[in-house]
Amino acid sequence: MKIHETDISLEAWRGFVGNEWQNGVAVRDFIQANYTPYVGDDSFLVSSTPRTQQLWNKVTALIAAERIKGVLDVSADIGTSIIAHDAGYIDENLELIVGLQTDAPLKRAIVPNGGLRMVQSGLEAYGFKLDANVETAFGLYRKDHNQGVFDVYSPDILACRKSGIITGLPDAYGRGRIVGDYRRVALYGVDFLIKDKKREKSELDVGEFSETILRTREELSEQIRALAELKQMALKYGFDISQSAKTAQEAIQWTYFGYLAAIKEQNGAAMSIGRISSFLDIYIERDIQEGRLNETAAQELIDDLVIKLRMVRFLRTPEYDQLFSGDPTWVTESIGGMSEDGRTLVTKNSFRVLNTLYNLGAAPEPNLTVLWSVKMPQGFKEFCSKVSIETSAIQYESDDLMREHWGDDYAIACCVSAMRVGKQMQFFGARCNLAKTMLYAINGGVDEKSGVKIAHGFTPITSEYLDYDEVIVKFDSMMDWLATTYVKALNAIHYMHDKYHYERIEMALHDRDILRTMACGIAGLSVAADSLSAIKYAKVKVIRDENGIATDFEIEGEYPAYGNDDDRVDQLAVWLVETFMDKIRRHKMYRDSTPTQSVLTITSNVVYGKKTGNTPDGRRSGEPFAPGANPMSGRDTSGFVASGASVAKLPYDAALDGISWTATSTPDSLGHTIADRVTNLTNCLDGFCGANGFHVNVNVLNKDTLLDAMNHPENYPQLTIRVSGYAVNFIKLSHEQQLDVINRTFHIHS
Amino acid sequence: MQHHVKPHGVIAPASVDESGKLSGFIHSFDTGGAVDGPGMRFVLFVSGCQFQCLYCHNPDTWKMHNGKMTHVDDIVAEIAKYAHFLRFAGGLTISGGEPLMQAYFIGEIFYRVKHELKLHTALDTQGFLAEHLEDDWFENVDLVLLDIKHIDLEKYEALTSKPLQPTLDFARRLSAMKKPMWIRYVLVPGYTDDFNDVEKLADFIATLHGVERVEVLPFHKMGEHKWDDLGLNFHLKDVSPPSPELLNRVIGQFQKRGLFTC
Repeated sequence: MKIHETDISLEAWRGFVGNEWQNGVAVRDFIQANYTPYVGDDSFLVSSTPRTQQLWNKVTALIAAERIKGVLDVSADIGTSIIAHDAGYIDENLELIVGLQTDAPLKRAIVPNGGLRMVQSGLEAYGFKLDANVETAFGLYRKDHNQGVFDVYSPDILACRKSGIITGLPDAYGRGRIVGDYRRVALYGVDFLIKDKKREKSELDVGEFSETILRTREELSEQIRALAELKQMALKYGFDISQSAKTAQEAIQWTYFGYLAAIKEQNGAAMSIGRISSFLDIYIERDIQEGRLNETAAQELIDDLVIKLRMVRFLRTPEYDQLFSGDPTWVTESIGGMSEDGRTLVTKNSFRVLNTLYNLGAAPEPNLTVLWSVKMPQGFKEFCSKVSIETSAIQYESDDLMREHWGDDYAIACCVSAMRVGKQMQFFGARCNLAKTMLYAINGGVDEKSGVKIAHGFTPITSEYLDYDEVIVKFDSMMDWLATTYVKALNAIHYMHDKYHYERIEMALHDRDILRTMACGIAGLSVAADSLSAIKYAKVKVIRDENGIATDFEIEGEYPAYGNDDDRVDQLAVWLVETFMDKIRRHKMYRDSTPTQSVLTITSNVVYGKKTGNTPDGRRSGEPFAPGANPMSGRDTSGFVASGASVAKLPYDAALDGISWTATSTPDSLGHTIADRVTNLTNCLDGFCGANGFHVNVNVLNKDTLLDAMNHPENYPQLTIRVSGYAVNFIKLSHEQQLDVINRTFHIHS
Repeated sequence: MQHHVKPHGVIAPASVDESGKLSGFIHSFDTGGAVDGPGMRFVLFVSGCQFQCLYCHNPDTWKMHNGKMTHVDDIVAEIAKYAHFLRFAGGLTISGGEPLMQAYFIGEIFYRVKHELKLHTALDTQGFLAEHLEDDWFENVDLVLLDIKHIDLEKYEALTSKPLQPTLDFARRLSAMKKPMWIRYVLVPGYTDDFNDVEKLADFIATLHGVERVEVLPFHKMGEHKWDDLGLNFHLKDVSPPSPELLNRVIGQFQKRGLFTC
């Protein structure tokens, strides 16, 4: 290990302006006072250096080996923590930015605090064995999050989990979706942050020690402890990060150390990094002006950081992989957007981060998310479009919508969840299945697949033809039941997660007093909306089995389908989103969090479809749902602008945790020339954003490429495709999901 | 040049329903077209075509009455939903079928879209029926996407079942009117790839004013299933799409004459 001495002649904050951020933790103020907007094009960018290529080649070899084994290696002997593992390197002599989750690259840690059971089944699935000491410690002496949750779950919650009307609950592993403000480590150094946390704690010594005060004091103590461990962790790599970073390289290293501590401690589904590009640009600009860096060296540092972010791994179980396919980690980095004062937040570093997709080739992680504003500089917009067309690795979210709610220093956690960095967190709530809920309404709470009564106190519909008004009444009260059960489950999960698997380091990089949201979610929106449309505008006849359960439907006549910019049905989708949100809002939330919801499925649209019987829209039992807020495939027959217009009608105010749309085109259908394609995509993004569209995954792919990749995966190690809310190596998807992507994507319009 | 006293073909009479509204037959529309004119297009496919091109990928649009009878008002209302977007991103393209078969109907659509919605307008045609129309009919058309399917009279007729001359006349007329044009040429191996034919076509196009680009469209078989569905015999079953080398050769032939070709 090298000991890295910092240049003592350098003053960390030399050349920086503004006072407010110097007196207390205020990264946003620092950025606003010091960043340099960039309104030019991509012509300044440079390619990767031989050193970078050499390093990246070592990693790709490891990734290839990992793909064959599923999991390269596991550290099954140690329950993870910030300081559990020794320093690890890819090649110490080549790395400019250092730090791995364990002591070796791609070696996964185990996180028993989340749930020992999941650790055990994850290890078994890949042929590893849990260390006896760890088993004893957690089996005998230390209760975990998973145990806590199941101690309090009620029979109705368990029944909902089993039937699949609620799926993906983070009750056996880390909840994730919390974004620490990792930039604080670079700007202030850890000692400053510890001092500030001590101040926050000391303020809570007035009056009675209520439960709230006690909990907060305990959490602050844990945060302070975690910050001390963060320093210790960096020391293992030879860095003293007690003080502020003095150079760009240090700023990147310090920021990454903050993030690294988080992914050592937690295995949340989504472990996003925040909004660091333009923050780091300030340091890079200063170094360039001081002659310490040139463009090549600056790009090298960013390439190196991104290499690290591509190596984040967690040990999962096969069941988990079915829901969240392709080993995603959601190292989401939010790029671009506008400042509240009208300047763009695009910097040269926004370009550099996207440029890694060329320098290192396409990849699903980090989950590069462009905060799109119609006001962003044209040069950046066109570069984004070009990168999308050539890599299919970017997602876009409307900065114009989010800035109004969250200001100009929010970041995306996971796929579409905006939160002000360091000032807001969420309780991740997975999602419930609205299409199945409608079937429960028709069947009086009996599950159409198993025949088991799941919701009690309801009567089924008995008429031969479905009557719209009757369905609405019954569906409405079934949604009440679902919301009640769902919120109970979420309150249980997050109470226990705070208790047994608290995010010490991530929360240490938040303010003490933050906004907490309870992020609920819905799946099956297009199926439910189309079903209501069929019942309303066509005639739907019910087919019942010998037990009187409605198991199939016959549609007589035609109905308008969601996804054609037709208000008759689009407003039904809007009604569903608003109505379910209202029902969620009526409940008491854990820790007085603010309820929100998303229309997002990840890849679980396949599993949700599997668990849902025939639906009144004509969808067959087991057929996948559309992902996120997408229209059902093949039904949006008016072209993708109409499809996007339908999605854009869903009100963000009723889905503040995000609304996901995935749009796919072939290169040829986006325009005849590269220039045409770039212009067209840019205009489409402006159009969608201008119509209040919230999120879009852009894929530009040929069907033949995907089919060939299914047959010859070894030839496509880096083929990347965006699915609902994240990007994935196409070859890492299950066969079933690959087919779903292809079928969903390339239906041919007349 | 051969002159006809009587123009080729027939244009369908204006169709007005009981309420006095002008109507026509449409096949479908696509709100996200990016390859039928500049930018993003609302592409209206009208039905009806007298040609029976061997490589047609929309044979289901041949019969006008197979389309859906639709009011001009309703079509304009549908386009209006996207007018804000189309104003900066592209415009309206009317394709088909052969749009000029319903010239009265589409003329009214162009007029209203141009004047009420202020959109860029494009007409995708092979020009066979253009002789029927006065110059002022084209005032509401900003761009003509002119399909010249072959330059050889006999091969043209073998390919399309109709004579070439009206199309060439129309091209010269547009040139004289200084109407912006994109020439489109479907490249079908064994049918339209002869070097000398392409030379002749390129020479002809080079004489025209107003040609902004030449688009060489590689033959594909995505419409083959439609022939089957209609019980028709698709003669090009065994023809493969052109190789990249062939495509580049043909593009190069046009480019050599200073034509922007893609």
